[in-house]
Amino acid sequence: MIPHCQLPSHIATGPHVSPFVSSPSHAGRAEDLHVPSSGSSAPFSVAPSADHAEASAGAEPRKHTTYPYVTGNSVLAIKYKDGVLMAADMLGAYGSTKRYKSVQRILRVNDTTIVGASGEISDFQYISNLLDELMTQDFCYDDGCTMTPKEVHAYLCRVMYNRRNKMDPLWNSLVVAGVDKTSGSFVGSVGMLGTSYTDSHVATSFGNHLSRPLFREFQRDDMSLEEAVSLMQEALRVLFYRDKTSINKYVLAKVESSGVAISKPFALDTKWDLKAFVNPSKHAVGSW
Amino acid sequence: MFRNQYDTDVTTWSPQGRIFQVEYAMEAVKQGGCAVGIRNKTHAVIAALKLSQDADLSSYQKKVFKIDNHVGIAVSGLIADGRILCRYMRNECLNHKFVYESPLPVSRLIRDVADRHQVATARSWKRPFGVGLLCIGHDQTGPHLFQTCPSGNYWEYYAIAMGSRSQASKTYLEKKLEDFESCDLDALVKHALRALEESCGTRKKDDKDGKLTKDNCTVALVGEGNPLLVLDGEDVAQYVDAIHAEQEEQAVAATAAAAAEMSIDGSQGRDATADMPDAPTGGAEEGAAAAGEDAPASEGQQPMEEG
Repeated sequence: MIPHCQLPSHIATGPHVSPFVSSPSHAGRAEDLHVPSSGSSAPFSVAPSADHAEASAGAEPRKHTTYPYVTGNSVLAIKYKDGVLMAADMLGAYGSTKRYKSVQRILRVNDTTIVGASGEISDFQYISNLLDELMTQDFCYDDGCTMTPKEVHAYLCRVMYNRRNKMDPLWNSLVVAGVDKTSGSFVGSVGMLGTSYTDSHVATSFGNHLSRPLFREFQRDDMSLEEAVSLMQEALRVLFYRDKTSINKYVLAKVESSGVAISKPFALDTKWDLKAFVNPSKHAVGSW
Repeated sequence: MFRNQYDTDVTTWSPQGRIFQVEYAMEAVKQGGCAVGIRNKTHAVIAALKLSQDADLSSYQKKVFKIDNHVGIAVSGLIADGRILCRYMRNECLNHKFVYESPLPVSRLIRDVADRHQVATARSWKRPFGVGLLCIGHDQTGPHLFQTCPSGNYWEYYAIAMGSRSQASKTYLEKKLEDFESCDLDALVKHALRALEESCGTRKKDDKDGKLTKDNCTVALVGEGNPLLVLDGEDVAQYVDAIHAEQEEQAVAATAAAAAEMSIDGSQGRDATADMPDAPTGGAEEGAAAAGEDAPASEGQQPMEEG
């Protein structure tokens, strides 16, 4: 068998692809930390200490928050000349079932900041509540100060890392984007464990593998809005062709110094009657 | 010993609706050393007069504190109480920085401090803080100058003075208010020091003749692109020397103008105006005005304290 014709296992069982389907042969492998196994060796479960075990009379530790149920997939964000652009589809997948098809995964935080989330939808709703409380606080102070994208990003880092330390992570990858009066546009990412980085372009989940190479090649900080939108659409199309847990129903959001705009849901033109698609296994030796 | 029967604790109202303990605390602020704060478009400055127990045997008490890179305070009243609030403010700033990686907006910090003041006015087992704070800071909404009070009130100002004899400084500030908004940082510092000098008492112990020295005042400034800077000793000397030199120049000009006037009066018809340049005449008015300010400031100290 030709080695590179095998489907890489980490793609087949990647983080947000199929949380429920896991082949027994993968269970417990170190690099598959994201993938829950149905057995007792679920990731992020804590071995009960001796006294804890006594207290709970030998009950199993709580595990229902240690893997996701309803998940969203990739979020993409790029900088352009006047601000930032973010895109995500509207699917809330239940395992690999396309269960909910109108899930808004991009949240307007305030006039300068938006947050996009992949991963567990209910955890994102919780995070939305946290951010909402912060914005209410800003309003109540009534002093003209509002949170900048950078501050929202830092705050979310703390929240995610704190929950990781409680061995009860919020199962999300977040993208924070916006414009700051003083320091210009901002795009940053926060991972499930509190890992974070900022860049000119950011993507979560499959987008990391499929969209960021496009961004690396074509994204420029001084590109126009039109260029940015068409690059984003191209990136989404590439994702949609290859990511099975995505749907052709997208939302595009932009932040400029004038404020936040989030588009209505839209679909992309796709083309499936390519020759290579007619008999896909023809060129893939070893598949069926 | 007691002013009346309603002043023994902070939870007892007087029939007139006053809480005397809080008012006594505010009195402690009035007794404290003077501090002056001014703001312009980009910067905020405080200047404070340091007191010492004994000018020869001890150093001056420190009363300007850096809270964070963007906030500083001057304290009047019980400095020990001020230190506690200072620690609290530093903590708040740090916590905010740890969570949001950004400086805490000044108005929020002040509100939190004022809330702390207020709590001490409403609990039977507490006593009000005996300090007032002048706080300067810079955040995303620009430079700020705040004053807090033991009662839990706080105000934002363009320019303000507090502490003993501060009325003299306030008079100066009111007179020069129009100049502050657009003047540069150096001028702002000098304004603050000149205002402070108005409140400089003639104390027997110090025997400084109501003058600022590099040792008895501190300046702090903050602004856009300027993290908080506290100037002491030699750093403040250049400003003190500068304002004293200017005052002397004005005094000389004033006497020259006065002399010229005398000679004009003495010999009518003489062409004296020809050899009198215009500049000193202009300066004479200012000098006279300055002299006019000096007089009530040095003579009127005692009544001021009451006000």
